[in-house]
Amino acid sequence: MSEEKKEIANNIPVPASLKQGEEENKNRRDFLKDMGAAALVGAAALLTNSDDIEAKSTWAEWFQKNYRLMSDEEKKEAIARLEQRYSEEYGKNVTVDNVPAMKGVLFGYALNIQKCIGCRRCVHACVKENNQSRNNPEIQWIRVIRMEKGNFSLEDTDKGYPAGSGYKSGDNTSYGVQVGGNAYKDSGVVLEGQHYYQPENVPEKDAFYFPIQCMQCEKPPCVKVCPVRATYRDPDGIVVIDYNWCIGCRMCQSACPYWARRFNWGDPNLPKEEMNPNTHYLGNRPRVRGVMEKCTFCLQRTRKGRYTSCVEVCPVGARKFGNLLDPESEVRKILDKKKVFRLKADLNTYPKFFYFID
Amino acid sequence: MFPKIKFAIDFFICCWKGSAKYYAWLAFLGALSLIFFFGLYQQLTHGLIFTNMNDQVSWGLYESNFIFLVGVAAAAVTVVFPAYVYHHKQLKSIVIIGEMVAITAVNMVMLFILMHMGRVDRLWHLIPVIGIFNFPNSMLTWDVIVLNGYLGLNVVCAFYYLYKKYTGQHPNDKFYSPLVYISIVWALSIHTVTAFLINTMPPRPMWFHSMMPIKFISTAFASGPSLIIIAFLVIKRTTALKVEDEAIELLSQIVTWCLGLALFLAMSEIVTELYPSTEHSFSLKYLLFGKHGLSGLVPWIWTSFTLNIIAFLLLLNPKFRKNHKRLLIICIMVFIGVWIDKGMGLVVPGFIPTPIGEFAEYTPSLFEVMNSIGIWAFGLMMFTMLAKGGIGVLTGEIKYSCEPGQGSRRNKEPLVCHPFCSGHPGSTGKEK
Repeated sequence: MSEEKKEIANNIPVPASLKQGEEENKNRRDFLKDMGAAALVGAAALLTNSDDIEAKSTWAEWFQKNYRLMSDEEKKEAIARLEQRYSEEYGKNVTVDNVPAMKGVLFGYALNIQKCIGCRRCVHACVKENNQSRNNPEIQWIRVIRMEKGNFSLEDTDKGYPAGSGYKSGDNTSYGVQVGGNAYKDSGVVLEGQHYYQPENVPEKDAFYFPIQCMQCEKPPCVKVCPVRATYRDPDGIVVIDYNWCIGCRMCQSACPYWARRFNWGDPNLPKEEMNPNTHYLGNRPRVRGVMEKCTFCLQRTRKGRYTSCVEVCPVGARKFGNLLDPESEVRKILDKKKVFRLKADLNTYPKFFYFID
Repeated sequence: MFPKIKFAIDFFICCWKGSAKYYAWLAFLGALSLIFFFGLYQQLTHGLIFTNMNDQVSWGLYESNFIFLVGVAAAAVTVVFPAYVYHHKQLKSIVIIGEMVAITAVNMVMLFILMHMGRVDRLWHLIPVIGIFNFPNSMLTWDVIVLNGYLGLNVVCAFYYLYKKYTGQHPNDKFYSPLVYISIVWALSIHTVTAFLINTMPPRPMWFHSMMPIKFISTAFASGPSLIIIAFLVIKRTTALKVEDEAIELLSQIVTWCLGLALFLAMSEIVTELYPSTEHSFSLKYLLFGKHGLSGLVPWIWTSFTLNIIAFLLLLNPKFRKNHKRLLIICIMVFIGVWIDKGMGLVVPGFIPTPIGEFAEYTPSLFEVMNSIGIWAFGLMMFTMLAKGGIGVLTGEIKYSCEPGQGSRRNKEPLVCHPFCSGHPGSTGKEK
């Protein structure tokens, strides 16, 4: 505590003859008045941010309201603050949008699992577009699950119990087979896929691929459990996070059935040259440690009429995106004509992310 | 106003005065709890990167301790309920100790929550009016309400009682009794709501069943009274406070039956889950037997079962239950058994596998372990001092003296004279 007190003291011209005790008392009173209940955290912030402008903007950010409750002017101020800070930090002209949801738009996504070849170009394009932390670990919003194709074997059909359990195949005393021996190995479509596959070439013969990301549920469990409403559903159906309001309790991460949310466990690291300067307040602006993030359907692009980066990059055209309220949109046509399903439909979360096959 | 200030000062002084052993104990705990401040500083400056939590297992040791300690806090009701509803004389005279356990446990709960949060500096976002309180949607906001309410109730109940004792007056029943009854119901609510906090998440099938609240309460009413018995046995040996055998006997019976119920519920869960053996039972399978060659939690859960089952069988036998040396060991067994059951047996496996079926193991980092030890040490220190002050009042070591400016520890008759304040805790039994 003493260091920052001295720092404040140095800024005020005081005759040297003044007793140090009085001076400190006076300053402390001012300090407490300014900082209010936040004295402890304030001390930490002031200690770590000796730079004056940065300290100021940190303070302003600390006191700012939830994004939805800000007046237009407050939004402008917050954005100006961020743009200035990001531009300085990343050495380029960074813009922070606050384009709101358009009326008459409800974004939806459709993914053709028949076409997906598991190349993960979408994963990397997403990271590049959305300014995720790059190292240790790289935060990825899309994960592609490799689903194995298992085999059935004839020898196992009359094996009723695992080997060594005392039951013999064909033994009359076992009173028939109770469990098919094929139940003890991966057979058919294996539901336990894995998303760490490293093949030389994709697609692999014995697998198919199942990309997942935020499903932008119409009834999002993550929004319900958030104690401070830092995450909410915008009118265009995108579930967003106010990175400046999130308290990092990770309730949403536990409640999400699709494992779509990622937490910034440490300080995010984003190399200057890889930073995407076209950002949105609720989307891909650089994050801070201790907050949650996830796919936003690239709202910095889509709210301006562009496709998401994963749709753009997909080499096989497996990814489709559009306005669910527009009967002429590609997604709506897919919903009308293709065989469509949603992931974990039994949970009643009503995702706006559909899987389909031709 | 004067007696109140005097009470506060006397109580505070009493907390800090003791034998060399007492100081050594406090110094030991104080040194250990310094680790916590180091950990807090690290987290404020670097985030949670030093922990071993990750996006797969995003709640860890902190959350485990939080859930366990909510149970300990709730368990104060096992002292308060018999004391006030059944007028159990022997418990009524030492009911304060139970409330001190509750106060301490809730404080530890809050510290663990602070350590769990990614942005402690934004805690104010949670405060109604100045922040946004997502009530009644978010279960966590319910937990905030019940935990803070419970802390308030216990602080008021305990210190009001002590103050009245200190001045030698009777507690005002119109004020005190309703508070006590509310706190009894409230105690159940804190663990129920904490159970709802995690069992309302379908993506975590291991937690997603309606047995959770009653299982929480039954395990809590086994581990909590165990801790209180341990505290009573230590207090009995080291202080002048009289702890009657009947009080300990009743508590040990509560431990017995609640532990039995907890074991029964665990058995029901295992049968229900493992008989059909669906994908939803993978967590439990992983916990009990390991899966895909991963078995990090298996030794823990079987240790927990072993401790709890042996403790239960021993408790059934009065020879063990009534022998305080043996009872002490049994209580330590139950306490450790339930602690493992709540952390390694419930919180961690709930995340394994992840909702998309990934098995990722979690072992707390040294950083997490040290911080947790720090908070436990802080809690023990807090309890020691609160109990010291409370015992000081109960035994009449500190009481209100009419002459201002005089040392309060003088052997003088108090200003208000009443049998209630005669210094012997057993005398409280006469009032009913």
